[in-house]
Amino acid sequence: MIAPALEATGLCKSFGALTVTDDVTLRLNVGSRTALIGPNGAGKTSLVGLLSGTIRPDAGQISLFGRDITREGLAFRVKQGLVRTFQVSSLFAKLTVLENIFLAASENAGASSDMWRAAGRRRALIERAEGIMERLHLTDRRHHRVSEIPYGVQRLLEIAIALALEPKVLLLDEPAAGIPADEVGVLLDAVDSLPPQIAILMIEHDMHVVRRFATEVHVLVHGRILMTGQPADVMASPDVRAVYLGDSGRSRFASEARGA
Amino acid sequence: MSYGLLLCIISIGLVVTMGLMRVVNLAHGAFAAIGGYLAVGLLAPLGLPFGLAIVVAVVAVAAFSVAVERLLYVHLYGASELDQVLMTVGINFLVVAGLTLAFGPNVLPTRLPPSLASSVDLGFRSFETYRLVVFAVGIVVIGGLWLAFERTNLGAQLRAAVDNRTMTQAIGIDVPRLFSIAFATGSGLAALGGALGAPLLPLEPLYPFKYLILVLVIVALSGFGSIRATVFVAIFVGIIDTAARYFLPDTGAFAIYVLLIILMVLRPDGLLAPRRST
Amino acid sequence: MTDARSAVLQRHRLRLLEPAWWLMALAFFFVFPDYLAVATSVLVMALFALSLDLLLGFAGVLSLGHAVSFGIGAYSAALISLAGWKEAVTGALAGGAASGVFALVIGPLILRLTGLSFIMVTLGIGVILYEAANKTVWLTGGDNGLPGVTLEPLLGLFRWSVLGQTSYLYVLCWLLLLFYLTRRIVASPFGVALQGIRENPDRMRLLGAPVLRHLVVAYAISSAVAGIAGALSAQTNAFVGLEVLSLNTSIDGLVMLVLGGIGRLSGGLIGAPVYMFVQHFAQQWNPYYWMFLIGGLLILIVRFSRGGLLGLVDDLARRFGRRRTP
Repeated sequence: MIAPALEATGLCKSFGALTVTDDVTLRLNVGSRTALIGPNGAGKTSLVGLLSGTIRPDAGQISLFGRDITREGLAFRVKQGLVRTFQVSSLFAKLTVLENIFLAASENAGASSDMWRAAGRRRALIERAEGIMERLHLTDRRHHRVSEIPYGVQRLLEIAIALALEPKVLLLDEPAAGIPADEVGVLLDAVDSLPPQIAILMIEHDMHVVRRFATEVHVLVHGRILMTGQPADVMASPDVRAVYLGDSGRSRFASEARGA
Repeated sequence: MSYGLLLCIISIGLVVTMGLMRVVNLAHGAFAAIGGYLAVGLLAPLGLPFGLAIVVAVVAVAAFSVAVERLLYVHLYGASELDQVLMTVGINFLVVAGLTLAFGPNVLPTRLPPSLASSVDLGFRSFETYRLVVFAVGIVVIGGLWLAFERTNLGAQLRAAVDNRTMTQAIGIDVPRLFSIAFATGSGLAALGGALGAPLLPLEPLYPFKYLILVLVIVALSGFGSIRATVFVAIFVGIIDTAARYFLPDTGAFAIYVLLIILMVLRPDGLLAPRRST
Repeated sequence: MTDARSAVLQRHRLRLLEPAWWLMALAFFFVFPDYLAVATSVLVMALFALSLDLLLGFAGVLSLGHAVSFGIGAYSAALISLAGWKEAVTGALAGGAASGVFALVIGPLILRLTGLSFIMVTLGIGVILYEAANKTVWLTGGDNGLPGVTLEPLLGLFRWSVLGQTSYLYVLCWLLLLFYLTRRIVASPFGVALQGIRENPDRMRLLGAPVLRHLVVAYAISSAVAGIAGALSAQTNAFVGLEVLSLNTSIDGLVMLVLGGIGRLSGGLIGAPVYMFVQHFAQQWNPYYWMFLIGGLLILIVRFSRGGLLGLVDDLARRFGRRRTP
């Protein structure tokens, strides 16, 4: 049996009296397209933090391709191919799109300890960056500074940077957050076009995105996984509907389950 | 001891700007210097009594500082540290140049008025009146400030404004005015320290640069935001400094700075760091 | 939207006006033989500002104690000469090495700090070393400094004349060499990573970058270059005094760099001459007038022209539609 790309067992995390992650077990297989949903405050971002290494778990285990990485830090996990993006873009504001991606590619290739050869002459790295830009339709913006590009493009850049790190497992934290409805399509196409062998876990609120993207959905409530299943099943579940507050939540699910 | 209290008075002013308004204010000493020069400069030619001269100097500097704040410091709120350092260093340069122009490059000798030069016998020991006055003023200032800060409306507003400027403005509080008041207070305190301290901390044009470090040390050790901590630290520093100079004349100046380095590396939030939840 | 081109990835390309500066510096040698002593100091300070640019302009580290590196280099070179080793080039290298080692030792400790704490610590270290030098009179000569720093003829051929001809060209060569070495470094992937750290250190960590290690290396290089500048100062003045460790020197370097423009490497090359020029000539007018000028300039720069003089030139060039100048 092939080891799952990412497996978390019994993850627990509390901050004082507040339990943000309560005995979470989940598994991402190679090539999976999994969504993580749940109401605000359910602990989704904390879970991603635990998986990516920014937060240390109080209990539980995380393994990457069968290898235990629970004690390993951020940098190690990134080098092993476990990459995340951020809900609030954290980019290099004064640098251009190309330079941002180049930085990631350079770090990934271990080139950043090279003090002698000109960065501009590292053809292989530049070509990699350009390849990624092309794939995400960022080529027109290659020389634009991050501080000058629209928010939707910044979100694309987030994904581009993640790609430059050659991820084997990709954790996307609300990639479409804050993007106007008419620009979301570009981003979703980009996500669709990600290499099939990457295992992707996406946090999302928008059910349309979830239906389009995911083959499997985890519902996280108060730090626990309430339910796991296919999008249609999850959305039809009365328990899940009850969790989303009030009638608006119930009716939202109802209409979507009907395939609106 | 009174040395420590003097430093304390000056430092509290700096706590106000740096800690509360989040501006690296390297020019704080400049206001102290101006205050000192004004007081001493008013004493001799105009024959004002020391106390009155100090009061006038403090008020003048406070008013002047508001102008400087409106003109220059406003641009520093939220600016990068580099910008803040550069601009305040620039202000320092201007003040040093101005003082030299007005008073000459040498140390300005300050003679204590006879009323303060005498001694007062408190029973167990006799003290120089001057030091007693400094002590008393120090206590009053610190106490008054603490009260104002912790207990009054104004204090609460200021604390709110520093915590979350936009929210505070959104609920209708005039934040720019608040900051001006705070800045004037801080600079006024510096002037008080400079004027009152003229006999102990000699006035010369390079004053702003000379005491810069010591004052910054105190504020840094106090964690940049707590008046209470500043008081403790300033007194602590004053004592250590005097003791060290007395007992270990060769290494006296060191002790404070070595302490600072060690502390900064170990506890970047300051000596009595309040638990901040961000 | 501005099309920035990739300034970061094009840095290794030679620009049109660069050689111009070096040619002018060379021309100065022939045109103003009476001013070579002052000019040599300018070159030394330009080198110092260059070292600070690497640290501040590229790695984003604001230190107010960079004179420490300068001073360690100066005293090292002086002591080596006084101890009997009078070869110039190796003396300067030794100065740089001493400063570099110093940085490698304290770097890992203090570079963990950021912002205000870091500034304070650098100030503190500066003062500690100044006082230490002041007190250890047997080593540093204390207040009186170390006079009599003499050297063998450079490369065995060029004697050190009183007029300072050898000194000027000597320092100019060092400046040229170190300028291009530093340029090479900032143009490399390491240099790009440093700029990433400047912009967003947390994100760099999340890319798997060894941020602290990169910063320590940058600090060490910057310190070594500053150390060489200090050594050159000792060698060309035949004297070292406490000034080299003072806050004044740290601030001078910073101001020169800011005047010229941070983050371009050539900022110091412009800022140092301008600063010293103002200081030199204003001082003949009235000893403290130059402080008015510099203070005023600093304030104006912070308010209006972030990029210093070179930034101003850039803005003007863009206004008139031409391509950016170096």
